[in-house]
Amino acid sequence: MRPRQKQLLYAGLTAILILIWIFYSADDLQTTAVLAGTVRAATLLALGAMCGMIGERSGVVNIGIEGQFLMSAFAAFTIASMTGSLFMGTLAGVGMGLIMGWLLAAMAVGLKVDQIIAGTVLNISALGLTSFFYDRSRSLGIGKYTNIDLGPLADLPLVGTVLFSRPPLTYLTMVLLVVVHIALFRSVWGMRTRAIGEHPGAADTVGIDVLKLRYFNVTIAGGLAGFGGSYLALEAVGTFSRAMSGGRGFLALAVMIFGRRTPFGAYAAALFFGFTTALQNQFQLNNTFDIPPQFVGMLPFVVTIVVVALSGLFGSMRDPAALGQSYEKG
Amino acid sequence: MAVVFGVLIGALLIVSQGGSPAEAYKALLVGGLGDSDAVLRTLQKATPLIFGGLAVAFAFKAGMFNIGGQGQLLVGAVFAAGVGFGIDGLPVVIHLPAALIVGAVAGALWGGIAGTLKATTGAHEVIVTIMLNFVAGNLTDWLAANPWKDNSGSNIVARTPLVENSATIPTIGAVPVGFLLAVAVSIACWLVLERTSYGFEVRSVGHNRHAAQYSGMKVGWIMSSTMAVSGMLAGLGGAVESLGVDGRFEAGVNVGLGFEGITIALLARANPLGVIPAALLVGLMEAGAARMQYKSDVAPELIDVIQALILFFVAAPIIIRWLLRMRHDNSEQLQLGAGWGKS
Amino acid sequence: MTETLLGARKVRKEFPGVLANDDISISLQPGRILALLGENGAGKSTLVNILFGMYRPDEGHVIIKDEIVDLRGPDEAISRGIGMVHQHFQLVPPMRVVENIVLGAEPTRRGLVDLDEARSRVIALSERYGLEVDPDALVEDLPVGMQQRVEILKALYRDADVLILDEPTGVLTPQEADHLLGVLRELTETGLGIVFITHKLREVLAIADDIVVLRNGQVVGETRPSDTDESDLAEMMVGRNVMLQVEKSVSRPGDPVLEIKELEVKDDRGQIALDSLSFEVRAGEILGVAGVEGNGQRELVEAITGLRAPSVGVMKIEGEELTGESPRQITKKGVAHIPEDREKHGVVAIYSLAENTILNRYHRRPFSIRGILRRDVIRSHAQDVVDEFDVRTPSISVPASSLSGGNKQKLIVGREFSDDIKLLIAAQPTRGIDIGAIEFIHRRILEQRDKGAAVLLVSAELDEILGLSDRIAVLYDGKIMDVVDAQEANREKIGLLMAGITD
Repeated sequence: MRPRQKQLLYAGLTAILILIWIFYSADDLQTTAVLAGTVRAATLLALGAMCGMIGERSGVVNIGIEGQFLMSAFAAFTIASMTGSLFMGTLAGVGMGLIMGWLLAAMAVGLKVDQIIAGTVLNISALGLTSFFYDRSRSLGIGKYTNIDLGPLADLPLVGTVLFSRPPLTYLTMVLLVVVHIALFRSVWGMRTRAIGEHPGAADTVGIDVLKLRYFNVTIAGGLAGFGGSYLALEAVGTFSRAMSGGRGFLALAVMIFGRRTPFGAYAAALFFGFTTALQNQFQLNNTFDIPPQFVGMLPFVVTIVVVALSGLFGSMRDPAALGQSYEKG
Repeated sequence: MAVVFGVLIGALLIVSQGGSPAEAYKALLVGGLGDSDAVLRTLQKATPLIFGGLAVAFAFKAGMFNIGGQGQLLVGAVFAAGVGFGIDGLPVVIHLPAALIVGAVAGALWGGIAGTLKATTGAHEVIVTIMLNFVAGNLTDWLAANPWKDNSGSNIVARTPLVENSATIPTIGAVPVGFLLAVAVSIACWLVLERTSYGFEVRSVGHNRHAAQYSGMKVGWIMSSTMAVSGMLAGLGGAVESLGVDGRFEAGVNVGLGFEGITIALLARANPLGVIPAALLVGLMEAGAARMQYKSDVAPELIDVIQALILFFVAAPIIIRWLLRMRHDNSEQLQLGAGWGKS
Repeated sequence: MTETLLGARKVRKEFPGVLANDDISISLQPGRILALLGENGAGKSTLVNILFGMYRPDEGHVIIKDEIVDLRGPDEAISRGIGMVHQHFQLVPPMRVVENIVLGAEPTRRGLVDLDEARSRVIALSERYGLEVDPDALVEDLPVGMQQRVEILKALYRDADVLILDEPTGVLTPQEADHLLGVLRELTETGLGIVFITHKLREVLAIADDIVVLRNGQVVGETRPSDTDESDLAEMMVGRNVMLQVEKSVSRPGDPVLEIKELEVKDDRGQIALDSLSFEVRAGEILGVAGVEGNGQRELVEAITGLRAPSVGVMKIEGEELTGESPRQITKKGVAHIPEDREKHGVVAIYSLAENTILNRYHRRPFSIRGILRRDVIRSHAQDVVDEFDVRTPSISVPASSLSGGNKQKLIVGREFSDDIKLLIAAQPTRGIDIGAIEFIHRRILEQRDKGAAVLLVSAELDEILGLSDRIAVLYDGKIMDVVDAQEANREKIGLLMAGITD
């Protein structure tokens, strides 16, 4: 980042910290609740954003994240309920995500179906299949993932509850942020991935198999979304309901764009969106202001539109040059 | 082809649940075609599907993907209902068209937002329309639960009062007039696209936006207007639902109709005329679903699954032709699936 | 001693509808430069892609270091010592030079890319061969000549014994091109073999040790510079006697048609592409704009045709100020435009020829009345265009994509020439098309000029500029270096101006 941007970043962070401190002094319970809710909402979005960015940096658009969330949540819920093991359920979710990722790859990269259509097919199929197989009588039975306190850190005021007393998958997500970042920007895989998204021809002529790498990337990115689905069903909510992904798969795409297709950027954006969601919940709970719940509900979506429009105006957020195009040899 | 595969796999699913495919499908067909009531149901179900499919297909022609049919439909439905119940004392000749027009305009505005944003900021219409869907959902829910709520009797459901008779779409025998309207609009769309200079512009932008620009076409305006027209078509579909089948606007009903429009458009290969048979097919399945559940205990969601499967099989084999027809040139921003940023 | 460093033996390659390579055999010895000459569509690129492993021959073999090999892909060719410098650079623009060079062969440390190691290797390499580069510069920020160096270094990094260069001088000034040829000579002294693909006769005679001429997929001549000359080579390339210079009558310029004053135009990134530009084009003359691509030509054409609004300055056509008007307004004033990228801007590939013919006039009578298209009128007009402009096609209903490059260009020219033209803007009008079509288009342009139109010819092909223009303006870095009369112009003078050097 350029120095000027770094200055702005620090200034912004400081301002936010001051604001938090002010609110905390005024009403510690609500502030804590909202911030905890922020992290909770952000986790799912960040996972979706990471799924999207791996695909997009390889040149493949994935608008099927919504469907991937849904199917994986279903798989995670069902397996956890049947086996009585949250761990197995989580694995099932990841597995389902991998399968759906593979399906997207097969359609978009292998069969060269238009990538948006392929993603839409995933979404529609997911909704249909999960609704069809959903057994309303089934419940999780074992209870969802609970908070794990990270030793004495968890006793700190505010920060302790919000950051250091979270259920396991949330921590894992934070670890994943680091992993994905290192992988994308420091590893051989990452460099090649970025190359095929910008100029697949260049990669091809040095002997990199563009199609195979895209296949691979889209599939494992699906695993990330699958993990998100597991998180949704087994940690965030604790059950499955029809269409429970609620548009968050699409929000994740906005988070990805806003975060400039980097893990940490995406997490920051996810926190922002998570904040609006947490606010919405808090308002509804407390009737803090007399705003009809539907309008608060609109908030994240309207914000997304504004964000996407603005990022188009300030063209510095640039797409990978080869995004959306099928690769033809020669 | 695709439909056959979808149906076959649907049959497998039925078996997996312990049912009998033959019985289920028979019930489905009878439910959809068995008597004039059934035919009426089928046509009624098909009508909004035609509009939804037209909306998506029209946008496709300009190279844009309108996934916002759902939202556009909702605003069209609620505002048409608003005019329908809110005004009385007008003769049907004025009231009905007025309500329809209001619904169409509402949809056009909703679609136009996405189109204009795309033309001016490059914001990809997929994200914007999806977001607008949710916004529309919230907005119409609020309208139906608060200012426009039907507070008569002991009603607590979020819905508007019934529309006046002067704004209700009639049925002629087994044929709803709404369906006839849909067919007429479908033909009109085809004519506009193939025979007018505006249609030429739309298709040119869809095939090669750069060449269109270089030939002097106002690409930005064409994109905005196409999304507006697309939204208008979806809005009209919503209006027809409110004023015809439902007789009012109720929150939570009509969920998913917009998305089915995508399936229809893809089945019809974005051809406005092809939308009609596609919609009839799906409409048939939906009309018969209730009877299928009643007679053979198969969940109606199977229809959704079959649709998804058909969609999958349609999407796959038409790759090459689709590619050629829709995004043959490889410039970065033209394609449907291209990135989210500025063009 | 290796006989054949790189070669092809009886190679045959067919694509749907075209036999690209037919029984081709060539052989490159170490330390020598082999020039592959042929016009567009002769099969040079296909052959070279086979040698590089991108395609596999239907019949025949590739030979590397006297061994028959079956290349499974470019990585195998690379590992066997074949390096390729592509015509359209295969570099990743937002990545750094060092990253681009090592992509695919990255040095690693503990599982991650070791950029420090990569960097020092690149620096060592560039010093050894005298190709200076800044390893940490972003490729997209580099000028074209530098980018080409990166391409070459990419090949050398992989221990290439052979360098294949595909049309390398298209994007260079004459001086840069000479410099490149010098670098290549030096490289051969280390034992490297070079295959040099081009359609430029002069370069072939200047640099090659051996010359192979391709035509229609076959080898039609093998010779040495000492045994041949330009017109000989041209005849081999085309198969008949070729007029290298088109006949041109003296121009009789009239009043100015296009006047540009103090024009400033910004590019997509907001940088100034044209700086305080002033010139004029008079009726009945051809003003050629020479210059290496990327010096503002595209923005100039876009500004004049209305596709890009200038930020400062005035543009007048026949005395009427039209600065910043829309393309349609400007076309109404009698301005015709042959775009430089016919695939992207000139035709809609899927549309029929008929539809393409009215791409810029569908909204006018008689082609549409009150918004409804008149298909019969459109069809007959299209047929007229096709007949008059010698567009080879079975019918006007086939998609434009079925036409060859030359025929597409003729269609575009026919479309643009249908009205009375006051000002013709021709941008790279003969790029990538066969000689027959080139001659046709040149003649038509001269015809327009003789009828009294003002012609602005923008081209990177210096020969075309020298051959057709009455006056020549040289564009460098967004400014006009000078405007000279064609009679006083020659390659050296113009070349210096193209590189930004004035005396």
